[in-house]
This record gives sequence, structure tokens and C-alpha cells, in this order.
Amino acid sequence: MGYQRRRLTNVAAQATAIACTVAVLLPLVLIFGYLLTKGVTSLNLDFFTHLPKPVGEPGGGMANAIVGTLILIGLACVLGLPVGVFTGLYLAEFGKGRFGWMVRFCADVLNGVPSIVIGIYAYTLLVLPLKSFSAYAGGFALGVIMLPIVARTTEEMVRLVPNTLREASLALGVPSWRTTLRVVLRTARAGIITGIMLSIARVAGETAPLLFTAFGNQFWHHGLRGPISSLPVQIYTYAISPFDDWHRQAFAGALVLLLLIFLTSLSVRLLTRGKVHVAR
Amino acid sequence: MANKLEVVGLNAWFGSNQALKDINLIIPDGAVTAIIGPSGCGKSTFIRCLNRMHEVVPGARVSGQVLLDGANIYGPGIDPVQVRAKVGMVFQRPNPFPTMSIFDNAAAGLRLNGVRQSRSSLAKVVERSLRQAALWDEVKDSLHASGVSISGGQQQRLCIARALAVEPEVILMDEPCSALDPIATTKIEALIYELKQKYTIVIVTHSMQQAARVSDFTAFMYLGRLVEFGPTDKLFTTPEKKETEDYITGRFG
Repeated sequence: MGYQRRRLTNVAAQATAIACTVAVLLPLVLIFGYLLTKGVTSLNLDFFTHLPKPVGEPGGGMANAIVGTLILIGLACVLGLPVGVFTGLYLAEFGKGRFGWMVRFCADVLNGVPSIVIGIYAYTLLVLPLKSFSAYAGGFALGVIMLPIVARTTEEMVRLVPNTLREASLALGVPSWRTTLRVVLRTARAGIITGIMLSIARVAGETAPLLFTAFGNQFWHHGLRGPISSLPVQIYTYAISPFDDWHRQAFAGALVLLLLIFLTSLSVRLLTRGKVHVAR
Repeated sequence: MANKLEVVGLNAWFGSNQALKDINLIIPDGAVTAIIGPSGCGKSTFIRCLNRMHEVVPGARVSGQVLLDGANIYGPGIDPVQVRAKVGMVFQRPNPFPTMSIFDNAAAGLRLNGVRQSRSSLAKVVERSLRQAALWDEVKDSLHASGVSISGGQQQRLCIARALAVEPEVILMDEPCSALDPIATTKIEALIYELKQKYTIVIVTHSMQQAARVSDFTAFMYLGRLVEFGPTDKLFTTPEKKETEDYITGRFG
């Protein structure tokens, strides 16, 4: 009786776990499949190499938006990664007191601030004084969105590094700061990179904060002080337009954006995979 | 025999809790000194005071003097980092750096300290340390495997090699065999015997048999105090204090 029942419970629990996993993966598969069927027909070499055509003319591409998105993500990383990683490191290593608690609380609140509000913040801070929409303003807005995600995941990952490793390093006569940078950060690296990839994936698809910072551009950008095109904004513009051709291109753009995120995640993972594998 | 370390009036606290009370002890050069005593008597705290690792714990505090070759390591202007380079430490559980290879683990003390040197001279140091730690023959063909891919006993010897690579004068061992099986323990004990030719060793152990096997001098600690210190064979055969006798005959602890 006891054994029979335990077996049934086991089967039921395992089935539930599998069902939940499928339920989590299903949306991704469906979205990808839908974008593939709708968008793949508009994908061709022109899409990656040409500028958008004026309304009414068929063809054209989103080359400027693809490059623009990469530039914006790059600018966001310049701000978000160092500040985020070091904030996380600070919180994990020294943030035990009141100040640490405050920083943590602020990071969590910032994480919950709607991205459009961060867009307004960047607009007020950069666009208004400089009197121009700019790639800098867009990158800044995205960087601010990345900050709390990177900071909090870094903190969690650094906390997971066993104290015995810190002590091992200190006992070798390694100063505290070197221990933190070269032992603790290194050990936490895989987890921190996961956090960074999550934050990049998150900002790569942000549209709202770019609407009035990077603005968008039907042509190639002229320097980073001017408006710049991006995939999400381009997709948004095309999707709400009344033209069938633009709708198809919007789907293609969405597919490219998804692939872009997928490929960056994959390549960063492969590139940063340590020579030494951690035995589990 | 010269004195390597001289402990004078050492007290240590965790917050308001006093873990060590007025320890006075002389640790002779080129010998193995064992620290024994029941759990919680302050053995580990004591040896962590000998290389200024005690103060790493938040809220921990020390007073008194520890003289290394006559110079107080708690003196003003003394950098704990420099003390730790001279007084190495091996911990209770093997703790090689999991993201580093066996080679990099052995070289860690030099690399992390930013010592610039050629690959070949680094390789020499690594080989010398691994040989000293009696690990070279077992790992020489897999130096680039992860430091945590080897067995627990090998990991502990790797940690000893890592400590030896920075050429310390004293090696502190905090129950180095407590996480190891009897065969690995035998190897570490044989290694300690070899190492005392060159280094001064202080070992904390729970096992009185181990203390008797490896050490020249033994200190018995109880409730944060040093009860008795003397040559190992004398302490185990004719202890002076009743508490020592009770402990080594298994009446408590």
C-alpha cells in the first residue's frame, strides 16, 4: 500500500513538472514559429543591406535599424555593465549595513519603474539640454534599465561564492581587492554573464524609452549625437502603419531581433566558457 | 631549538564573546606543533591569529602579541597581507579554486599577487611545489584539468602545494585531514613529516593519535585557555595537568 502510493505520487509529481516545463517553453516555440511563418518571406539580402524604401515602393530593408540597435545596445552596455557589476559587487561584499539596504531597495524600485518613465528621464536629462534626439540618449535610457538587473544578479552570484575561497586567497597573502577581483568575480563569472545576457535581451526589445530619446531614423545615422534607428521602433512604426508590405517587414524585423538576441546570447556563452569546467 | 613564533598574552574575541584567553606559547622552529582539545576550545581561532586571518571575520578582535622571528605581527604598520605570505595556511576542507586548473591553482599565490614571471619559471615553481606536496606524479599529465576534478585527498595536497608555492616560513594546518579518508590521511601525515625539514608547522587536529604520530610538541587547549604545552611524548605519557590527562584518556571531549 505504502509503496504503491509513493510510486503514484512520484509519477504524478514528475508529470506535473514535465507539464509545467512544456507550458513554459510553449510560448517561446509558438512566438518563434509564428514570426518565422509570417516574417521569413520578407527576409532576403536586401533586408539586411538596404535602407527602408519610401511608402508605396516595394522592397527595401532595415539595415539602418539593425546597426542602430547594435549601437544602442553597445552604448547601454558601456554604462550598464561596469556600473551594474561594481554595484552588485559592492552590495555583496560590503552592503550589509543601512546604506546597502537602501541601495538594494532603490535598485529593486528602479527595476520596477516602467521603461517609458526611464525614457522621459533620459529625455529630460539629455534630449532637452542638447536640443536633439540622439543615440547617446537612447543608449543612456537602455543602460539605466540594465543597471538594476545587472547589479542584483551580480550581487546574488557573488554571494554564492563560498567564503572558503576568499579565505584561501587571503591566506596566500593576496590583498583583499585582488581577491575580490580575481577570485570572487572569476568564480561568479558564469552567473554574472547570465545576468548580463538577460539584461541585454531585455533592453534589446525595449521600444518605449527609445521613442523620444533615440527617436528613429529612416536613413543611416549621422554620428551618435543625432537620432538613430532601432529595430523595436522600426517594428512599431511599421506595425501600426496601414500598409501590408510594412506589416510583412515588421514581422521580418521582429524575427531578426529575436535571432539577434538568440545569437548574442549563444556566442557570448561560447566565448566566455572557461577553459576549465566546474565539476558539479 | 630556536623560537619561530612566540605568543604573548593573546586574547581573541568574536563580538563580545571571548574565544581565547591569555595564551602564552612558544612554537619552535623546524618542528611540528600540534594543537589538541575538544570542539569549540579555540584551536582554530588560535592558529587563525597566527597569520592574522582571525580579523577577517566581521566583528572579530585580537589583543596581545605574536612574535614571528622576534617581530610582532600585530605591531603598528605591519601589513597583514605580508604576514600571510610568510605564514601560509591549509584549511579544514580542501578549497582549490574551482575555476582554475591544477597548474593555475599551484601558481595562484604568485599569479594573484601580480608577480610577473616567464611561463617557464612559473612552471618550475609549480613543479617544485607539487613535488613537495607529493602530488606531482599523480597530476603531471593532467595539469590543465580543473582543480576540483581530482579526489579530496589530492585536492588537499594541491592546497598544500598552493601554500608552498609562495615560499612561506610557517604552515598552519587547520584539521587538514578531517574531510579525508584514512589512506589520504596517511599521505598527508607522511607529507607533514617531509615538510618539517624545511618549514615550521602548526597543526590543529581532533585526533589525538594524529597529534601523537606527526608532532614534536603538543599544546592542549580547553575553554579558550592553553592548559598544557610540552614535547608530544611527554604530554601523552606523563601529563602534568589533570585536565590534560582526563582528555587524553578519553574521560571527556
